[in-house]
Amino acid sequence: MLNPQQIESRLERILLTVQKPGRYVGGELNITIKDWQKVLTHVAFIFPDIYDLGISNVGLKILYDQVNQREDALAERAYAPWLDMEEVMREKQIPLYSLESKHALAEFDILAFTLPYETLYTNALNLLDLAGVPVYSKNRDETQPLVIAGGHSCYNPEPMHAFIDAFAIGEGEEVIHDIIAAHQDWKRTGGSRTKLLTRLAKIPGVYVPSLYSQHYHEDGTVSHMEKLIEEASLPIVKRIVSKLPPPPTKFIVPNIEVVHDRVSVEIMRGCTRGCRFCHAGMISRPIRERSVAEVVDAAESAIRSTGFQEFSLMSLSSSDYTHILELVTSISERFGKGRLTISLPSLRIDTVSVELMDRLGNRRGTGFTLAPEAATERMRRIINKFIPDEQILETAREAYSHGWMNIKVYFMIGHPSETEEDVEAIARLCNKILTEGRKLIGGRAKVHVSVGTFVPKPHTPFQWVSCDTPEQIEAKQDILKQKLRDRNIKLTWTGVEDTLLEAWLSRGDRRLSEVIYTAWKNGAKFDAWKDQHRNSTWREAFKEHGFDPVFYTHRQRRTDEVFPWDHISPGVRKNYLFQDFRKSLEGEIRVDCREQCFACGILPQFADLRRENPGNGWKCPEVKSPKRIADRSLV
Amino acid sequence: MRLRITFSKSGTLRYTGHLDLHRIWERTCRRAEIPLSYSQGFHPQPRISLAAALPLGFIGQAELVDIWLDQDEDMLTILKSLQAASPPGLVLTAIQMVDAHQAALQTQVRSAEYDILFLDEIDPGKVEIRLVEMLSSESIPRQRRGKDYNLRPLLEGLELKSSKSDGQNHLSMRLSASPAATGRPEEVLAELGFSPENTRISRTRLILNNE
Repeated sequence: MLNPQQIESRLERILLTVQKPGRYVGGELNITIKDWQKVLTHVAFIFPDIYDLGISNVGLKILYDQVNQREDALAERAYAPWLDMEEVMREKQIPLYSLESKHALAEFDILAFTLPYETLYTNALNLLDLAGVPVYSKNRDETQPLVIAGGHSCYNPEPMHAFIDAFAIGEGEEVIHDIIAAHQDWKRTGGSRTKLLTRLAKIPGVYVPSLYSQHYHEDGTVSHMEKLIEEASLPIVKRIVSKLPPPPTKFIVPNIEVVHDRVSVEIMRGCTRGCRFCHAGMISRPIRERSVAEVVDAAESAIRSTGFQEFSLMSLSSSDYTHILELVTSISERFGKGRLTISLPSLRIDTVSVELMDRLGNRRGTGFTLAPEAATERMRRIINKFIPDEQILETAREAYSHGWMNIKVYFMIGHPSETEEDVEAIARLCNKILTEGRKLIGGRAKVHVSVGTFVPKPHTPFQWVSCDTPEQIEAKQDILKQKLRDRNIKLTWTGVEDTLLEAWLSRGDRRLSEVIYTAWKNGAKFDAWKDQHRNSTWREAFKEHGFDPVFYTHRQRRTDEVFPWDHISPGVRKNYLFQDFRKSLEGEIRVDCREQCFACGILPQFADLRRENPGNGWKCPEVKSPKRIADRSLV
Repeated sequence: MRLRITFSKSGTLRYTGHLDLHRIWERTCRRAEIPLSYSQGFHPQPRISLAAALPLGFIGQAELVDIWLDQDEDMLTILKSLQAASPPGLVLTAIQMVDAHQAALQTQVRSAEYDILFLDEIDPGKVEIRLVEMLSSESIPRQRRGKDYNLRPLLEGLELKSSKSDGQNHLSMRLSASPAATGRPEEVLAELGFSPENTRISRTRLILNNE
């Protein structure tokens, strides 16, 4: 294996032959470089797409800090080389290496991938291969690194089960330390790889797929999941932290231009709105907030340590942050004069949002964003995101009259039981928004309509729903293209093929791992890139293994079907999701669950954690958890 | 107050281009909390001006940048706080105050000196012969982006030296670097039959008009 000096000297010869060599050299401000020899555990965090995207990932930043704060471990980083660099690396036999110390990735103890979305899967395989680590988990021996993964797409880990040794389900801040401890124990005492995996399987929230087997019915659906050793847990319940730890502030400052040159501070985690299509909203419960003081101090220290000119307040629904007005006021007082751009994404559609954005005094951004997702009352009830047209138009008017010239609106097509009328209503509403804008600011008014396609995600009330067929999707997109022809309306949409791939991968079972492997072998990578993704490669891979992609995406699900991801628990009960699905069919909406608890299951699941951390961090209402009721009945 | 800072750019910062270096200076000044002046207009920009773009991959040993401050400050304090806020690879070596009305720094650059280290073994005798040929010819016709030009008048000095510190052969050259007539070391290397990937190029000095 090449040592770091050898890797560096080979790199010097090739870096000037590739685009943006700054991606491949590290050396940024605020990185941590430790003495390799002085620590017991070496962890490489990998974002399986290019540096330009991965560098601003906040999840990895949190974990990087967590590990580097330990005396006995180090964390370094790696990203996917772009096509030109990969080609030269393979030609010159340079293995994938870490940016900090330039160690070959195969020399690390733990390779930790983040898999926030499914279209990164083939890249993960490619990176293992480029690192010289066997792609299949079963082919790795004791001398090879442990390969783990976490992130939102791991709530259905099965499609990647053959390649990842262990998945961390849920929030990573604490579990990463448990994993390192288990690895250190194993390293000290020695033993087989199976021994390490068994040890890992005992950690709450860790899923070791090789210790389970998935059984199927004759019709191809899952019958059940069987654990192969007694100690493994079933179901595997996600991990959460009872209190959000202090946010990272020493962000790594890239030496080259990247996609998001900014500091991000997470103001809260979780969402209580209960939109039925939303994966993040279901899996990241319960809602936990940071204090205004903690957010403002973190923003200040992050800006000081990085010199960035832009910072973003992150959450799934900023308007729902309890002290949003106080936060915005305090931020504009503290940073108002500093030539900073402050972004506050995911605002509710109401005039208060315009006021909030106004206070932040930021007009140079891309426009004012609204996300109604649907345009008819019927459809808004189905998806449980109920915002009347008049409220949308009023917000748009307010934004136009406060100086925004471009309103960006997000919609989704392909919702359950959607008709032509529902799609036409999207076009009508967008045209109305433009008309309102013209009345206020004339020809400068613009609307940017961005239309995604719905994919029924695991662990959501819509997991029983089948996807629209490519023909249906295209027909709906055609309606929009025909009806949104004004030159001041810009329409963008997601390609059918991208949606299909996302749907196959997010709804897949264990058998899909063979399809992923074959697709990668036949050249699939960078599937998240429109210009790289080849749907034909995927279709051929399905064909080669005798699977029909339609089975995964366009099939009506029985109400009692066992899903390939049912053994993974986000704390929200399947039964709750099913009730909510039934309510959607009846057009019944559910209010924000901070007002009324609908017993999704989070509270009883994590009752002990909440008791550990009393106070107002958690925004769930105080309800009697089943355990307490039981206690009382004994009296 | 207009300050001229001499700095080196090396290590991994070699692979950071000119525009990105400009951004690095902006951020370094912000981290150091230096009261930079901003340009007028709709999109005010901090007043930072680099002398001459250093090509990607080159090491800069004595690069120059001018920065403008809103108020007079102690130069040594500025130098110290900037150094403390600099990313790895950026080292500040000198600071001086210059007349605020001087012409733009870019227009003052006349020539640049380079030091080239060969990463592979070379035959010094052969290179010497080629050097003499080049220096004694009146014209060295070449093409740059499809246009004919003469490299010879841009070549102000060219010498092969054996370094005492590393025992290796170094090629040192001085090339014209005025905005209208810029010589490029990789073109001189190409004339000598070397590819720039197999060398390590440092710009060792920028020479201004008044020097």
